[in-house]
Amino acid sequence: MLDLVWLLVAIPLVSGLGLLVWGKEADAWGHLVATVASAASFVLGVVAFIELAGRDADDRSVTHVLFTWIEAGPFHVDMAYHYDPLAALFVLLITGVGTLIHVYSIGYMAHDERRRRFFCFLNIFVAAMLTLVLAADYLVIFLGWEGVGLASYLLIGFWQHKPSAAAAAKKAFVVNRVGDLGMALAIMLMFAQLGTTDIASVNASIGSASTSVATAMGLLLLLGACGKSAQVPLQSWLLDAMEGPTPVSALIHAATMVTAGVYLVVRSNGIFDASEAARTAVVVVGLVTLLVGAWIGCAKDDIKKALAGSTMSQIGYMMLAAGLGPAGYAFAIFHLITHGFFKANMFLGAGSVMHAMDDDVDMRHYGALRTSLPITFATFALGYLAIIGFPGFSGFFSKDKIIEAAFGYNVWVGLGTLLGAGVTAFYMTRLMMMTFFGEKRWRDEVHPHESPLVMTIPLMVLGAASLLGGALLAGDWIVDWLEPVVGHTEHHELAIPALAMSAIIVAVVAVGATLAYLTYGRRPVADVAPLDSQVRWPVRAGRHEMYGNEINEALVVRPVQHTTRTLVFLDGRGIDGFVTGLADRLGEASQALRKPQNGLVRSYALGIFAGATLVLVALLAVTLA
Amino acid sequence: MILTLLAATPLLGALVVTCLPRGSANASTVKAVAIGFSALTLALSLVVMARYDVESGGYQMTEKHEWIGQLGAWYSLGVNGIGLVLILLTTILVPVVLLAAWDDRLPGRRSVNSYVAWMLVLEGLAIGVFAATDAFLFYVLFEATLIPIYFLIGSYGGPQRTYAAVKFLIYNLVGGLLMLAAIVGLYVVSAKDGNASYLLSDLQNVDMSTTTERLLFCGFMAAFAIKAPLFPFHTWLPDAAASATPGTSVLMVSVIDKIGTFGMLRWCLGVFPGASEWASPVVITLAVISIVYGALCAIGQDDIRRLVAFTSVSHFGFIILGIFAFTTVSTAGSTLYMFNHGLSTAALFLVTGLMIARRGSASIGDFGGVQKVAPIMSGVLLVAGLSSLSLPGLAPFVSEFMVLAGTFTRSVPAAAVATLGIVLAALYILIMYAKVMTGPLREGLEGFRDLGSREVAALAPTLVLIVGLGFYPQPMLNVINPAVDEVISQVGQGDPPPRTPVDVSEQAKTEEGGH
Repeated sequence: MLDLVWLLVAIPLVSGLGLLVWGKEADAWGHLVATVASAASFVLGVVAFIELAGRDADDRSVTHVLFTWIEAGPFHVDMAYHYDPLAALFVLLITGVGTLIHVYSIGYMAHDERRRRFFCFLNIFVAAMLTLVLAADYLVIFLGWEGVGLASYLLIGFWQHKPSAAAAAKKAFVVNRVGDLGMALAIMLMFAQLGTTDIASVNASIGSASTSVATAMGLLLLLGACGKSAQVPLQSWLLDAMEGPTPVSALIHAATMVTAGVYLVVRSNGIFDASEAARTAVVVVGLVTLLVGAWIGCAKDDIKKALAGSTMSQIGYMMLAAGLGPAGYAFAIFHLITHGFFKANMFLGAGSVMHAMDDDVDMRHYGALRTSLPITFATFALGYLAIIGFPGFSGFFSKDKIIEAAFGYNVWVGLGTLLGAGVTAFYMTRLMMMTFFGEKRWRDEVHPHESPLVMTIPLMVLGAASLLGGALLAGDWIVDWLEPVVGHTEHHELAIPALAMSAIIVAVVAVGATLAYLTYGRRPVADVAPLDSQVRWPVRAGRHEMYGNEINEALVVRPVQHTTRTLVFLDGRGIDGFVTGLADRLGEASQALRKPQNGLVRSYALGIFAGATLVLVALLAVTLA
Repeated sequence: MILTLLAATPLLGALVVTCLPRGSANASTVKAVAIGFSALTLALSLVVMARYDVESGGYQMTEKHEWIGQLGAWYSLGVNGIGLVLILLTTILVPVVLLAAWDDRLPGRRSVNSYVAWMLVLEGLAIGVFAATDAFLFYVLFEATLIPIYFLIGSYGGPQRTYAAVKFLIYNLVGGLLMLAAIVGLYVVSAKDGNASYLLSDLQNVDMSTTTERLLFCGFMAAFAIKAPLFPFHTWLPDAAASATPGTSVLMVSVIDKIGTFGMLRWCLGVFPGASEWASPVVITLAVISIVYGALCAIGQDDIRRLVAFTSVSHFGFIILGIFAFTTVSTAGSTLYMFNHGLSTAALFLVTGLMIARRGSASIGDFGGVQKVAPIMSGVLLVAGLSSLSLPGLAPFVSEFMVLAGTFTRSVPAAAVATLGIVLAALYILIMYAKVMTGPLREGLEGFRDLGSREVAALAPTLVLIVGLGFYPQPMLNVINPAVDEVISQVGQGDPPPRTPVDVSEQAKTEEGGH
């Protein structure tokens, strides 16, 4: 089976492209084929996982070359996959959550006339994402990397007739390209420095290069990771990306694609292990993003944007953990997986709420929905308890581990992650209160109704996973499982016992949740948002996404527009003007030379006379001198 | 003989088409005959491709007849991997262009006979240029290609066609004139050295002083830089593309402009290696400027055809950068880029050409929301656009990355600035796509027709090749690599070795683990 891992990618790819080319006749059944294709990949993923787990710990990796992709001179890139414990976990996450979201979308997109195309894009996304995590060469990662970017572009802009959706799609792609610039340069540096772009070789031999090379490589990869994972400073696209259909937000912009940056850092552990500076940069980026994302999450009234802020923040946690090196890699992946469960769950739950509310996303128009949407409420509550880290739920374990490791690394970083946990509890409780509790604030023409089973079953499955996902840590399983890939070292001993640490975290979470309850649960929520001028600056800043767009606008967009306009002008007037001007002068010179040829004998005679005189004078001058 | 046959087939086709009766009643027959001849040429070029022995490399299927003995000019043809790839590109694109041009509305009462005949003439001459191994023959054919394009723009283009055609002609004649001076100079040099000969193989062994070599290099390079076009000699291209029919634009940008970059490889690097190296800092700088400048100007265009023309300025920058980085990786990348850019730009010019013909305007502002009424056209434009912005998985990515990776080993700053092009490319393509295809449908576009089956058939080959070569470029690279190795060793350069190479035993171990 492990020689057939390429089928994981091939099945959804063929299905996606096939349905796209097939045409209208496939409208009736295309979504079913796409769902089955994704499920088939999942089944294969499970089989491969079992086979891999059956092997000895040091034998758990398979590299298989399918064909030579590019070969010229010393440049050699194989189209090869590398299936190992890290890839295996991702395969299960991508195909598992992916299949659930396919199923959900059957219901969610039932009335969209372009449903077949939606499923094609989903399939293509799954194929590209699997390529990304299975690649054995950085250039093949890049293929999957930009492939998921394309799928994301197509799906954010799926409702192309909405200018806002089209603009968000374009923005996501362009911002990601800025990150890809870093990744492309990192790959070039690998080739120039080591002569190969093979992941295993690069990470094994980076130690022979100088630290500054490893640092440069790490920082360039981090730039790529920031773009894909919406980390500061390349975060601005993620909130706009919520223009896409909600299943897309759940799959691509919460559970899988946006976590690819974390995957990249963990996969490149050899490079990051070799550079302290690069690791520090990762920690800083993660810390800043986790606080900024949480802040934004507190201020948004749009349920999807609040969740998107939360996604940024949670990925910040993962990124930070990955920056801690071998002490944190496994926990980064652990949180990535539990987050994949509970965030997909909550996004799909939000979709179910929107479905009930005629696609209204403003939480100020919700309230008291727990009675009308009992299943959605129950499953959402499981996700909620998981993300805030309620003891026993998956997020409790995964976030605890990261906070502990952060304290082991540096007290200030630890305090930052602790603060983040409190704020997470605040904004999630706020979201919960505004949506499911309090008084109903919907207008009379809205009749909330529970979603059909095809949508609620995936919710139930993901709800259960949100509750039980912590089991991956039982007996340190996930740490042991990943050890052959990323290694593991215990973080520094903490000043206080782990149990006390957990108690402190839970206390901070309780404070955050209580504050939100007092503000949004006990008091009525206005159904119209207060104006910017009526709220204090922290809320204003959060609403404006910490002015990220304004900063980009001022630092990048306007200068580029200005340069572009100037260059277009200069190209026409300057360069081309010079050339055409040259031609014009030539024409004028000809005109001037033409003047004496006027056809009048007397003027010619005058000319001859003048010329003869000139010659005579010249001759005389020469002779006399 | 097969190369002569290959070049003569489209010329014969042109003759036949000219003799066919004119008038709209016969237009379909005329086009069908033209397509038939171009298809025959394509078949022949595939035969050439199949007969080319990749293992032994070098120039093959050579023919040599004395032409003007006193000058040492020979009718001498032969193909190496680089020429072969470009001949293949030419023969693939001409039938595509003819098929896509089926419904072109020509201005006034111009006959379709001469329109397609000129295209076939151009094909024949282009094949000759790519196969010529004699500098004099090359020069004559190089200049001869101006004639069909002059008429294709000047007689069949848009309202500004006369201005554009004259501008095109004068610009290129200036370049050609400088090259003529260099050609004369070559005669002097080779005559002084013994026997006067214009044969490439002889010229490579001619002794010349450094100054002479540099002067002659500049003569050739000037012509090629204008043709390619390299910043700041590019301003003829946007005007020409804006006034030409889409088919003419494809032949001009995808095929004929490649003569510039092809010429740099074969004649500049081949005959003047020392001077090429001497000039490389300047050329690399101009190439990097071209990449960024062309992309920025493309972002600011409102006329779709000018936009595509400026994207080509940027792409030619990449090609020239790769050539003058003197590594086998970047140069093989550049050669592959010539082929891929030809496909990608052809798809882009043709699909936007169909859009423009339907709308009656080339202004981006006159479109909007077209995706709603023409989903297939929108999909084709997107794929063509994505190939232009070098999305991995599509052919141009492979070549662009090779150019960048190879250049990086030679000059980090040049590669780093050039890589900015990938962000700017996303801007010029996606902004245009968003304005044209997305949003609410613009008024007046209600009856906009989607692509018909003939149009899809014309465009399909380019798209299939773009996707296919994106995943499996090796068949092309296998042909290109030996020729590139030869050129690079001619220059006396090679790939800088990795600074800290991966331990071979380490690599062997990881590879072993894979089987």
